[in-house]
Amino acid sequence: LNRSRYRDIGAGVTIRANVAKLSDLRLKHRAFIAAYPFHKVEWRPGTRLTIPLSQARVALVTTAGLYLPGQAPFRHSIRHDDCSYREIPANTAVATLRIGQSSDAFDHAGIEADRNLAFPLDRLREAVADGAIGSVAPHHFSIMGSIIATGALIDDSGPKIGRKMQDDGVDAALLVPV
Amino acid sequence: VLLQSILERSGIPSVSISVLMEITRQVDPPRVLAVDRPLGFPLGEARNPEMQRAIMMEALGLLSRNNLPATRNFSS
Repeated sequence: LNRSRYRDIGAGVTIRANVAKLSDLRLKHRAFIAAYPFHKVEWRPGTRLTIPLSQARVALVTTAGLYLPGQAPFRHSIRHDDCSYREIPANTAVATLRIGQSSDAFDHAGIEADRNLAFPLDRLREAVADGAIGSVAPHHFSIMGSIIATGALIDDSGPKIGRKMQDDGVDAALLVPV
Repeated sequence: VLLQSILERSGIPSVSISVLMEITRQVDPPRVLAVDRPLGFPLGEARNPEMQRAIMMEALGLLSRNNLPATRNFSS
């Protein structure tokens, strides 16, 4: 773990009572994380957005396991990783999305009340409407978080999502892990 | 957040929002906005469009940064 790359996160952090910390999690979740085989995928040298945001087409990715009422639910458990993804069309009414992420590691009350907390499609539309962002991508993507065996995500779902974004002319993606 | 690195390799710059940097650091993503909200509240607060919009735009602002990995803090 190379903390030095993240040096700029250090001194400026304001510690508040409501900041999420590992130590807030229950023992079983801390144990899960302690045993979790964190994978890294080499992304360097990386790319960057070379056009203004006001011209960029933006896609969203959530790990809340959101899915449309007509789509197959995620089948995820501690013994079975579900590395599949769901495409969410740009015209979806956010409130109709079902929530597949059932982890009790976090408080679900927020996204139950407002899916935009994990999937800010309404905010993206508003930002496009007033010119801050160029356009809403035609498709957005939903996956499950807390996947242990990430092979299928790295080799299959991830590259497929990347290709679909390319086909959609997506300039940039915002990922919202819950 | 792992997906972010995969998208980057596909040529699509991406940014993630993290409420738990202790975990996010382990995956070493290219761009992260660290938000000081509880788990389950990455965009701030339910039915608070102003805060959600501010967090979203702050995150997207990292996309044009040259020096990666790029991180920024958002304090509500």
